[in-house]
Amino acid sequence: MPFTDHYLELDGCRTHYRRAGKGTPLVFLHGASGAPVVLPFMETLARRFDVIVPEHPGYGLSDEPEWLESIHDVAYFYLDFLDSLKLERAVIVGSSMGGWMALEMAVRNTSRIGSLVLVSPAGIAAPGAEAADIFLLSPEDTIRQLFFEQRYAEERLAIPLTPEAIDIALKNRHTTARLAWEPRLHDPQLPRWLHRIDVPVAIVWGKEDRILPVGIAHELKRLLPRAEVHLFERCGHLPQVEKADEFCDLVVRFACR
Amino acid sequence: MQIVLFHLMPYADLDLAAGRKNGTVWVTLPNRNFDPQKGHRLYNRYLDELEYGEELGFEVLAVNEHHQTAYGLMPSPIVTASALARRTKRARIAILGSALPLRSHPMMVAEEHAMIDVISGGRLISGFVRGIGAEYHTFGVNPTFSHDRFHEAHDLIVRAWTEPGPFSFHGHHYRVRYVNLWPRPYQKPHPPIWIPSQGSKETIDWASHPDRRYTYLQTFSPVKVVQRYLKQYRDTCAGYGYSCEDRQLGWAVPVYVGETDAAARAEAKAHFEAFRNVYVRMPLEMLLPPGYTSRESLKNVMKAKAQMFGDVTLEQALELGLFVCGSAETVYRAFEQYWADLRFGNLLVMCQFGTLPADLTRANMERFARGVMPRLKALN
Repeated sequence: MPFTDHYLELDGCRTHYRRAGKGTPLVFLHGASGAPVVLPFMETLARRFDVIVPEHPGYGLSDEPEWLESIHDVAYFYLDFLDSLKLERAVIVGSSMGGWMALEMAVRNTSRIGSLVLVSPAGIAAPGAEAADIFLLSPEDTIRQLFFEQRYAEERLAIPLTPEAIDIALKNRHTTARLAWEPRLHDPQLPRWLHRIDVPVAIVWGKEDRILPVGIAHELKRLLPRAEVHLFERCGHLPQVEKADEFCDLVVRFACR
Repeated sequence: MQIVLFHLMPYADLDLAAGRKNGTVWVTLPNRNFDPQKGHRLYNRYLDELEYGEELGFEVLAVNEHHQTAYGLMPSPIVTASALARRTKRARIAILGSALPLRSHPMMVAEEHAMIDVISGGRLISGFVRGIGAEYHTFGVNPTFSHDRFHEAHDLIVRAWTEPGPFSFHGHHYRVRYVNLWPRPYQKPHPPIWIPSQGSKETIDWASHPDRRYTYLQTFSPVKVVQRYLKQYRDTCAGYGYSCEDRQLGWAVPVYVGETDAAARAEAKAHFEAFRNVYVRMPLEMLLPPGYTSRESLKNVMKAKAQMFGDVTLEQALELGLFVCGSAETVYRAFEQYWADLRFGNLLVMCQFGTLPADLTRANMERFARGVMPRLKALN
């Protein structure tokens, strides 16, 4: 079943999302580079779940609301989003920036959340595991550093850039800076409230992640001792792309038990 | 025309190969490249040059603010302006400018500028800038709030200078229960405010507004760009319903005066090219972090990337009007013609640039002051 496009007016923000499939709701929260297209892992997950892929406020085809000043605003917005779509026991899958959003939501309210899958999430800092400076990397270097297997980078770099795609890339970059410039890609207050998360958590990471090094996964496990950790070999920052099949199997196994 | 001697105070002893190899002298060039012994000599040399400027008849001495770079050694222009306030007697002192959004609190800027104004007996010209893009990397200040913080800091400073205290200020970025400035500035209602810029519509609309009428300075740009923005400033004033005065416009440009055109070019070439191609250089991502400019401006820069980020020779720079260099007669004629076109009331000359050593800097200042400046001052 193909993904269909929807718009939801919420908190003064016209929000674009794609939706496909039936069953338990699964909300995928994208990372800094957005979710401009439907990727194979989304289609695979839509065979088992009611998959909802919103574009965050300030990203893609969604509005840039004036109130958007910090990651906390995004967390409250997505709690409203779950309410608005009346989702029950939703699986929240968050990649990178989206994983950070999932954590910020879950420390506030898990009443509509069934479980969290955190895919190389931002949000916390770990001693000795310095994140790449994504704001000093050129667009090409950013894409190269996302992947372990460079053929994925080559594929992305080969896609011609339309003026619309450039506009969206600049918009996404702007919002990422607004949310994550300082403190860089994390919230220093978050660790002290992580104990509030009372739903099952899976932490997924590529061992060769050059954007957020795998050392952060160990720190997150220390902070969330009941979480399960899955590390992928020969894999960079986007396991859902580089290891799509294993990733989807993992999500199904974890979320459907 | 009012002539300003503008100094960037670069780390002129820089190992240029190290700067080249690092790709930029901003943000990431390891500070082991800075030798404090050499720094000691440079600071004192540069302050001497500015003080000598007063003796030579420059009407304003100008300093600026840059952070963590060999491009300029003045993270705090307050320090250099303070030194000048005591060592000079007649010249005005311009801070071009304080980088408002980078400071943790604008009240400090209001206080420090007021101190210098009072100490110097009203000789301060205040300048406000946002800081360049690279400095949002060094300071960690969020560039997407840069414009907001600048405007709010500006409003707080001007109110602190002019309104009877104590009063309270409730901004979005700054909140102060008691604004009650000691000392108040010497000049009434406050020191003149100059706005240095690389050129943007937002800055011009704001600076030229009838409530402000701040002097707009176009810094280190090809003369065509200077022309475009100064004209835009004049047109914007007209749009607001008033006529722009010449004193509201300024141009900051490196200058070298030699005995002859050929001698001037030969003496300046390596030093100017080091300035343009090593000290100024930085990657696009460092220069323009997200939110520092509008996305439209950013796209324009991305299109012009090849020209902006490549090397420029002295000969090309002269062609572009990025640099003015020659005999006193040549330099005078060039400025006379530019002035006839652009009618800027303030000319900010950088008589030291890049690696230009002390002897050439002094000779340049003297030739400019004797052979060029008197005739430029007479232009009206």
